[in-house]
Amino acid sequence: MTYPVLDQKDTRSGFGAGLLEVGRSNPDVVALCADLTGSLKMDAFEKEFPERFFQVGIAEANMMGIAAGLTIGGKIPFTGTFANFSTGRVYDQVRQSIAYAGKNVKICASHAGLTLGEDGATHQILEDIGLMRMLPGMTVIVPADHNQTRQATLAIAAHQGPCYLRFGRPKWPVFIPADSPFEIGKAQVLVEGSDVTMIACGHLVWHTLQAAEQLAKEGVTAEVINMHTIKPLDAEAILRSVSRTGCVVTCEEHNRHGGLGDAVAQVLTASRPAPQEFVAVNDSFGESGTPDQLLKKYGLMPADIVAAAHRAIARA
Amino acid sequence: MPSSPVAATSAASSVGELQRIASQVRRDIVRQVHACQSGHPGGSLGCADFFTALYFSILRHDPASWNMDGRDQDLFFLSNGHISPVWYSVLARSGYFPVSELATFRKINGRLQGHPTTHEGLPGVRMASGSLGQGLSVGIGAALAKKLNGDDKLVYTLHGDGELQEGQIWEAAMYAAGKKVDNLISTIDCNGRQIDGDVDDVLPLGDLHAKWLAFGWDVLETDGNDMEKLLTCMAEAKRRTGKGKPVMVLMCTEMGQGVDFMMHSHAWHGIAPNDAQLASALGQLEETLGDY
Repeated sequence: MTYPVLDQKDTRSGFGAGLLEVGRSNPDVVALCADLTGSLKMDAFEKEFPERFFQVGIAEANMMGIAAGLTIGGKIPFTGTFANFSTGRVYDQVRQSIAYAGKNVKICASHAGLTLGEDGATHQILEDIGLMRMLPGMTVIVPADHNQTRQATLAIAAHQGPCYLRFGRPKWPVFIPADSPFEIGKAQVLVEGSDVTMIACGHLVWHTLQAAEQLAKEGVTAEVINMHTIKPLDAEAILRSVSRTGCVVTCEEHNRHGGLGDAVAQVLTASRPAPQEFVAVNDSFGESGTPDQLLKKYGLMPADIVAAAHRAIARA
Repeated sequence: MPSSPVAATSAASSVGELQRIASQVRRDIVRQVHACQSGHPGGSLGCADFFTALYFSILRHDPASWNMDGRDQDLFFLSNGHISPVWYSVLARSGYFPVSELATFRKINGRLQGHPTTHEGLPGVRMASGSLGQGLSVGIGAALAKKLNGDDKLVYTLHGDGELQEGQIWEAAMYAAGKKVDNLISTIDCNGRQIDGDVDDVLPLGDLHAKWLAFGWDVLETDGNDMEKLLTCMAEAKRRTGKGKPVMVLMCTEMGQGVDFMMHSHAWHGIAPNDAQLASALGQLEETLGDY
């Protein structure tokens, strides 16, 4: 199966569209932003629901605490800032006031990973998936494109409990139909195959599809799984696929430590050990550059995934 | 002396009656900390009068119908969570959970965790606290939810003075005033001491009154160990709500108040009395409601 490019849109706009929709359908939805309303595409919500929008200024710790407090009284707060400032900067606030306290806060994080681009490593967090999936009770979602980010935004509004929604800055191919089903914790098999399982999240799902097409030309049938939910992880989907293919490649715009690859490896080592190759940033910080330049330099292109697939198959 | 531990009436009003409850609360504090040989008696004892006033006179609350949202009730958030023994005592004595449960403080499989939390479902507690500096932000959020819900009740918070060294407090201070969160009364336990010593030696706070004023708060000061003055000041604080500014009450207290050897030092911030010290402490505190 091939996936035509429906459009080129940023995933953050998918969040903005979804937020406006849940704002319209649920009067308890409120939104908070730390001086990045335009960057997070929260302006439409702010305009339509000014009384339910809280501009907190450049004070992310305070934003997380206010969000936690707003849940007491039945509100469903969505916080918006960059992924770096949604996690590392406020880890203790998220840990104590949201995760440990079990508060129904939706932490929505844009500009994640290398594709933030020219701003450089200070803003390109590559550790956030790991930080957030370590928190007990935290749901972690990394949608693949604009349409799926919108769907995920609707889904977390309906989900009871703290959620981390990770998305990005650049325009990116839209390939998931807007009406395609989305369920938290349920992986999507985008391409069926029997030689290697390729599991990806976020922007790298598209690169993985490209890699699968290349592999097909070489006579290798790769199974492509969109693991949009990192936690709770769909272990059944992983085991079902790897039990047929015998090897796996994980692909993520994240440090190779702590992210999707580690999560998949944990499932496999416990139930069905198999060779695994990691397409991820190799334990380093990023740097300034265009998204394409960075993805190429740090080994996250379709060609890198193809090479990893061959290595995995050779080890199987 | 009552023969069995009892909850006090939560509608206590006279100063004398509140002082009698506070004496029992102080006994509960030292007994909790002694039983598990850990915890923070100093700040707890210093705030016993405030907590007694809050739970038996000031708050409009209904322990019997406690729920997380607390709509149409006043809410309280303890930001300096380490003084949990005093909070647990007034929560139990005002009917949120059995007084006998105070015996489980800091013990395995219990709800009375070292620092307060929602995790075990303890009635009366709406937020986890302990890592300092976070409670003012939470209180602001709860106050904003009340405004959105058309709920005219108030939100109260308590902070330690040492806790004000955390930067998040000042982010929240700026927000509450800048955004006119005027259904919020925050209080600070100004005992001048923290774990490592006097606040002035560890990191001086400067002129706190001037600082909160400069941030745009309405600021009151009182003696946090004088029940009459405390009640008068808190009533004034309540009168000042709804006028466009958050209200701050700076309460001067004595760490360890009520137990002579725990006073006038930071030494009893976070250590437990031994058997002899417990006996000495209890000898100074009248058992007014019956020990648990």
